[in-house]
Amino acid sequence: MDIPYTVHPRPDTGLYNAKMGIWLFLASEVMLFGGLFSAYVLLRVGADEWPHGWLNIPLGTANTFVLITSSITTVLAWVSLKNNQFSRFKLFHAVTLACALIFVGIKSFEYHDKFSHYEITLANGKFADGHLIGKSKDFDLKKKTGSVTLHGYEVDHEVELMDLHRPEARHIQREEITIPAVEIKKMGNYGPGHNTYTAIYFTLTGLHALHVIGGALVIGFLWGPGSRMWKTDPERFTNRVEVSGLFWHFVDLIWIFLFPVLYLL
Amino acid sequence: MNNSMTMNSGHSPESAHSVRGYLVVYFALLAGTGLTVWASFIPFGSREINIAVALLIAGVKAFLVAGYFMHLISERKMIYNVMGFTAFFFTSLMFLTLYAMHDFPPTTVTH
Amino acid sequence: MADSVSNIPLHHDDGDGHREHDHPEAGFWRQYIFSTDHKVIGIQYGLASLCFLLFGFFLMLLMRWQMAHPGQPVPVFGWLLEKTLGQVAARGAMSADLYNSFGAMHGTIMVFLGVVPLAFAAFGNYVVPLMIGAPDMAFPRVNMASYQCYVLGGIVMLVSFFIPGGAAQAGWTSYSPLATSILTDGQTFWIIGMALIITSSLLSAVNFIATIIQLRAPGMTWMRLPFFVWAQFVTAFLLLLAFPPLEAAAVMQLMDKVAHTSFFLPTGLAIGGQLANVSGGGSPLLWQHLFWFLGHPEVYVLILPAMGIVCEIIANNTRKPIWGYKSLVYSTLVVGFMSFLVWAHHMYLTGMGQKIATFFQATTMIISIPSVIILTCLLISLWGGSIRFNTPMLFALGFLPMFGIGGLTGLPLGLAPSDIHLHDTYYIIAHFHYVVAPGTIFALFAGIYYWFPKMTGRKMNEFWGRVHFWCSFVFMNVVFLPMFAQGMAGMLRRMADGGANYSAARVPGVIDTLPDSIMQLHTWILWAAMALGLAQIPFIINLFWSIGHGEKVNSDNPWQSTTLEWQTPTPPPHGNFAVPPRVYRGPYEYSVPDHAGDFVPQNEPEK
Repeated sequence: MDIPYTVHPRPDTGLYNAKMGIWLFLASEVMLFGGLFSAYVLLRVGADEWPHGWLNIPLGTANTFVLITSSITTVLAWVSLKNNQFSRFKLFHAVTLACALIFVGIKSFEYHDKFSHYEITLANGKFADGHLIGKSKDFDLKKKTGSVTLHGYEVDHEVELMDLHRPEARHIQREEITIPAVEIKKMGNYGPGHNTYTAIYFTLTGLHALHVIGGALVIGFLWGPGSRMWKTDPERFTNRVEVSGLFWHFVDLIWIFLFPVLYLL
Repeated sequence: MNNSMTMNSGHSPESAHSVRGYLVVYFALLAGTGLTVWASFIPFGSREINIAVALLIAGVKAFLVAGYFMHLISERKMIYNVMGFTAFFFTSLMFLTLYAMHDFPPTTVTH
Repeated sequence: MADSVSNIPLHHDDGDGHREHDHPEAGFWRQYIFSTDHKVIGIQYGLASLCFLLFGFFLMLLMRWQMAHPGQPVPVFGWLLEKTLGQVAARGAMSADLYNSFGAMHGTIMVFLGVVPLAFAAFGNYVVPLMIGAPDMAFPRVNMASYQCYVLGGIVMLVSFFIPGGAAQAGWTSYSPLATSILTDGQTFWIIGMALIITSSLLSAVNFIATIIQLRAPGMTWMRLPFFVWAQFVTAFLLLLAFPPLEAAAVMQLMDKVAHTSFFLPTGLAIGGQLANVSGGGSPLLWQHLFWFLGHPEVYVLILPAMGIVCEIIANNTRKPIWGYKSLVYSTLVVGFMSFLVWAHHMYLTGMGQKIATFFQATTMIISIPSVIILTCLLISLWGGSIRFNTPMLFALGFLPMFGIGGLTGLPLGLAPSDIHLHDTYYIIAHFHYVVAPGTIFALFAGIYYWFPKMTGRKMNEFWGRVHFWCSFVFMNVVFLPMFAQGMAGMLRRMADGGANYSAARVPGVIDTLPDSIMQLHTWILWAAMALGLAQIPFIINLFWSIGHGEKVNSDNPWQSTTLEWQTPTPPPHGNFAVPPRVYRGPYEYSVPDHAGDFVPQNEPEK
């Protein structure tokens, strides 16, 4: 006996099995990201100070446009298959994959920017903050030799580094600063360990990016070697494209919330 | 090979005009994004209002993606029920946890 | 196991509805190791989980020894511990760290690698598709993947015992900041193992729900489903929606450990007297909320399949319909729904305010109502029945009072004022073990004895089954009943010396120390636990011996049951049913008036 409703829908639910399955999986993903969003809300509400303006808004907006575009190309790819237009499907999903690539590319650039951005606690109690230009050859933090050069600025209090959207921040002059190792009390980059904001930022966007990559791999497979099924079982192939598309839309949905929450608020 | 209008997903037959529908949604999403960014720079007075505005716009965009790109609006009860319960449980996780962490006896020391 | 599954050559199942009907017989690997057939996967889950249960039991025995004889070398196994684990078991005695790691792993292994895979995945996989008249699960390859994730997770957990620093030691609840501060990679292994186990559960949950919704045979309406299927359906939803927040929390705890974030590490955290080099700003309470958001539905995952099994066996062995089928179904749905709203009753002592504590207390009290309704329906179902006291029925009957005790002793824990005294004491341990050990595990034993003939064509030995039941029943109670007294006297959980530091013998003249009478119970419990272990030996021998030598059944339906899994050949072939069965009536049509036999199977056509 064959497994029924793998391709044609069951009359009372109106679904074929895989579509039921993917929606159930998406429900669990809502709870997964929901857990992380809850963590974000709790950590932020419980914090005395919360950073603003640490992320590049134009880049984030561009990434949002990129994902929304990939969403419509995904649904149009499926519509093309329903209309028996295989080459259109190939075209639309090629754009989807390109968008995925662009998204991950921009994200990598943003991550690199954070990893090369340092905050240094100075021996005199002040703080230096900026992007790393270079370290001297003999730079060793433990042995206190050498020096480090940043493109940034100095502040008296660490809290001044938090809100980069405040009016005074407009007047910040960034220049090349060289700091000898002897003057450095503590040095760390804006990676996940920097504070809870970067922690939740990297975790949320990192998990999201993994989903982008995973979704792109599946869509890439269906675009490439998997598309052979169009010749042998077009209905089933169309369903596969629909189901993977649903996952992709969900990935876009998460970003729709991630972007304002992390970049704008 | 199959004919063009297959009913294999339980939807009404897809036809040319729904492509226009998708495009309308697409531009609405782009506009919504621009709106979100613009609204985030408007000083409403309290940060809570900015948050509410941003989440409202995000909610509308999410509804458009889920409803039209994911065809939720034409699915039957089964999926609605699953996603409805999910939304309820997510909301209770967030709000009950938030409430629990902010309701403590008056003499508790907080840093 | 070769006999039981391969009477008929298994066909290669690519699970997509396309069968190559003249396929050659699959090789050993495809048939038994990398199978996508739900029956093989069910048995794989069953055997693996039974092994984990035994291993978890062994860990507990060592812990009970330590509690009764703190610091003394463990007899028989002490040298083995020292040989394999080194310094932590010096001289063959368990150090406190080793005790803690055994405690954490006992809980983790029993819950996540033992009971849930057995109750949900093993029985569910084997029985549910048969009961609903389906050829297999909706996604056979996903099914195989879920089993493989489970095995991988189990391997990671077991390997963690042997790494430097040892296995996880922060309890099965892995609270931060302790979990992050302990200097062992065992905690990291624990998180990775949990991630794999959670993935396995999620894949299974999707499969079960999709299967039950989509693959019910014609005529199998929702209200004609056997209660076991309803129980598995709700259980799957609990796993689907409650596990992911724990996965999120596990990711964050992993980040705390390897990426030096401070999700759960508060500002000003000091470890070993020194300020920790972390950013701070995190919240230990956040971990607890996310953990218990799963933790509470998890306990319903532990009990619901068991209730389902007991219901099937009671109906079958009373030869009458279950009393209150609709009440059972609606109560199960309500229990499932409410289970998401009660979690903070595990956190009453975290400094919560009155309003929120009252909220969770209220929801906890509310959830006890449907639980009691379920137990009541099962109890009333016995009234007026023609009870057959075979081994499955003995275990099913034993479940009822044991779950009653476990459930009722949960009430003072759900009420915040009494929980203040009882939290983190042995009372809690007694409560939850009563529900899971003589509760769920008895139901699982019942299920094994019950469905064994369908899987193998032979019955397990009845005499040794009764020995297994009576010995287990007596010794379970001797092990766990005293723990209520210990808990009420104030004996706390997770004390490597069994409370000796707080005993009247150690600190005479101080009020509220643990009296000798309470401390002496440790010895009783230890002996009862060892006897309980011995009582499982006849079961293990019976299980494997009966596969080849048990009494052969002379029918496909030896228990004269109404449900569909008994209306197939024995064992069911690949694809289960030659043609889709058609269902004409409800699941418990026993002793139907004006009918010749005393039962009418669900798929028997109307005359």
